[in-house]
Amino acid sequence: MSGPPPDVYPYQPGDPRVPEGDRGSRILAPLRAEGARGVAIAIISSVVVFTAIVVVVVNSSGWPLIKESFFDPEVFAEAFPKILEKFWRNVFIFIVAELLVLVVAMIVAILRSLTGPVFFPLRVMAAAYTDLFRAIPTILVIALLGFGAPALQIKGVPDSDVFWAIVALVLVYSAYVAEVYRAGIESVHPSQVASARALGLSRRKTLRFVVLPQAVRRVIPPLLNDFIGLQKDSALIAFLGYVEGLRQAQIIQFENFDFTPYVALALIYIVITIPQARFVDWLVARDRRRRQVGAAL
Amino acid sequence: MTPDGDAALRIEGLHKSFDGLEVLKGIDLAVDEHEVVGLIGASGSGKSTLLRCVNLLEPIDRGRILIEGEEITARGVDVNRIRQRVGIVFQAFNLFPHMSVLRNVTLGPVEALGLSRDEAEARATELLERFGLSDKRREYPDRLSGGQQQRVAIVRALAMNPDVMLLDEVTSALDPELVAEVLNVIRGLAAAGMTMVIATHEMGFARDITNRVCFLDDGVILEQGPPDRIFTAPRHERTQRFLQGIIDAGRM
Repeated sequence: MSGPPPDVYPYQPGDPRVPEGDRGSRILAPLRAEGARGVAIAIISSVVVFTAIVVVVVNSSGWPLIKESFFDPEVFAEAFPKILEKFWRNVFIFIVAELLVLVVAMIVAILRSLTGPVFFPLRVMAAAYTDLFRAIPTILVIALLGFGAPALQIKGVPDSDVFWAIVALVLVYSAYVAEVYRAGIESVHPSQVASARALGLSRRKTLRFVVLPQAVRRVIPPLLNDFIGLQKDSALIAFLGYVEGLRQAQIIQFENFDFTPYVALALIYIVITIPQARFVDWLVARDRRRRQVGAAL
Repeated sequence: MTPDGDAALRIEGLHKSFDGLEVLKGIDLAVDEHEVVGLIGASGSGKSTLLRCVNLLEPIDRGRILIEGEEITARGVDVNRIRQRVGIVFQAFNLFPHMSVLRNVTLGPVEALGLSRDEAEARATELLERFGLSDKRREYPDRLSGGQQQRVAIVRALAMNPDVMLLDEVTSALDPELVAEVLNVIRGLAAAGMTMVIATHEMGFARDITNRVCFLDDGVILEQGPPDRIFTAPRHERTQRFLQGIIDAGRM
């Protein structure tokens, strides 16, 4: 016999080698518990399964055609730098939009959580805004503002595609993020507010020092969700004819009658998204480590 | 009776209802400076509600509450200023989990009293030291034991330099072996002359440190007097039954 008997779970609860709760990888966790023999079996079975899939796909009758139109190395080599160059425009757009969303959404969420009859109109406006902009498709908002606003030819109103695209993205995503913030604000226990008010802190200071810091910490993962959505939706600006990543990929596709440029762009989106997810995991884990016993190891 | 201005805390004819259910049905209570008053009574008798009313965390329906002669339940009173004079410690500690111990203690003095951060930190450090918590100042609340958390909560209230301290079942959420360290802190406060109103289930403790015990029953103070008399010769039949229940449960 080699290795521990399979029915003995080698780690005690709280062992740092066991990934903790909700942020641990559910894919790898059982493996770590199984030990060396388990890992060996997992590797062998993975190699067999994935080789089988590759062999079947590559030998299927349609594969050469698929390879030529989606994975053409020559087209890829030509398209990738061009698309990447234009993709920086997306990066600019979504970073500016994200910074604005953080602020606008917070204002909307705070307006909506105000109590007292005086603030009724503000609450109504905030609620109407979120309802409205969560209902309208993003591409429609982009079309309305991107084509519509410049068409008015009002003095002082910018007619830049990028400007209106950013406005549209901020309007749509602030509605989502405001709801995320609001959920965070409401998740802070009333006893925290009582505690702060009991110290003589005003409502505003209670919100600022006690409620919002806890609320924002809790909503960082769902916030990233919305930001990834926003980053992907920056491609909708192609609809206005603005040459960013997607539009550039489309142009190259027309020239070559080949879909590889789209695959190249997809790859860029994947590559920028995954590090963000890991960064947020790290951020949440660090915060938890600092605050709690047991997670320090 | 002391004249109006003398009482540190005076409650007159206090009524409070929640959704039509009357929890306090006319409370009259005067607490002198340096006096320690214990509130005993079954769960739901109104002890916590009474304390929350005194700290204006609950609006009252009728009656008035005065602190050193100033009516705090009057219209137009600045509630934040009043709360700065009345410290409250809760059963569940309610520390701010995202702040270090030091920041928990200095938040009120800096943001409500307007002290400079240096000044507030110096005072907080001194208080933490006095209560054996100086090595915990950089820790976060979740890393402390329940007893330590509750001591921090007491220090946080004390840092506001209140005229009156209200303690709401401060040991009820603690493991038995952690109760003593918190009770010792309160004992120290009583010895130092802090005016306190203490809602508690710890009868031995109430008997030890209070000057007066009030038995709350169904929203009124049914009986009050020196602890020795209340615990040995309660006059009211319901007080007798309540205390007998505590003795039967082995909690006195």
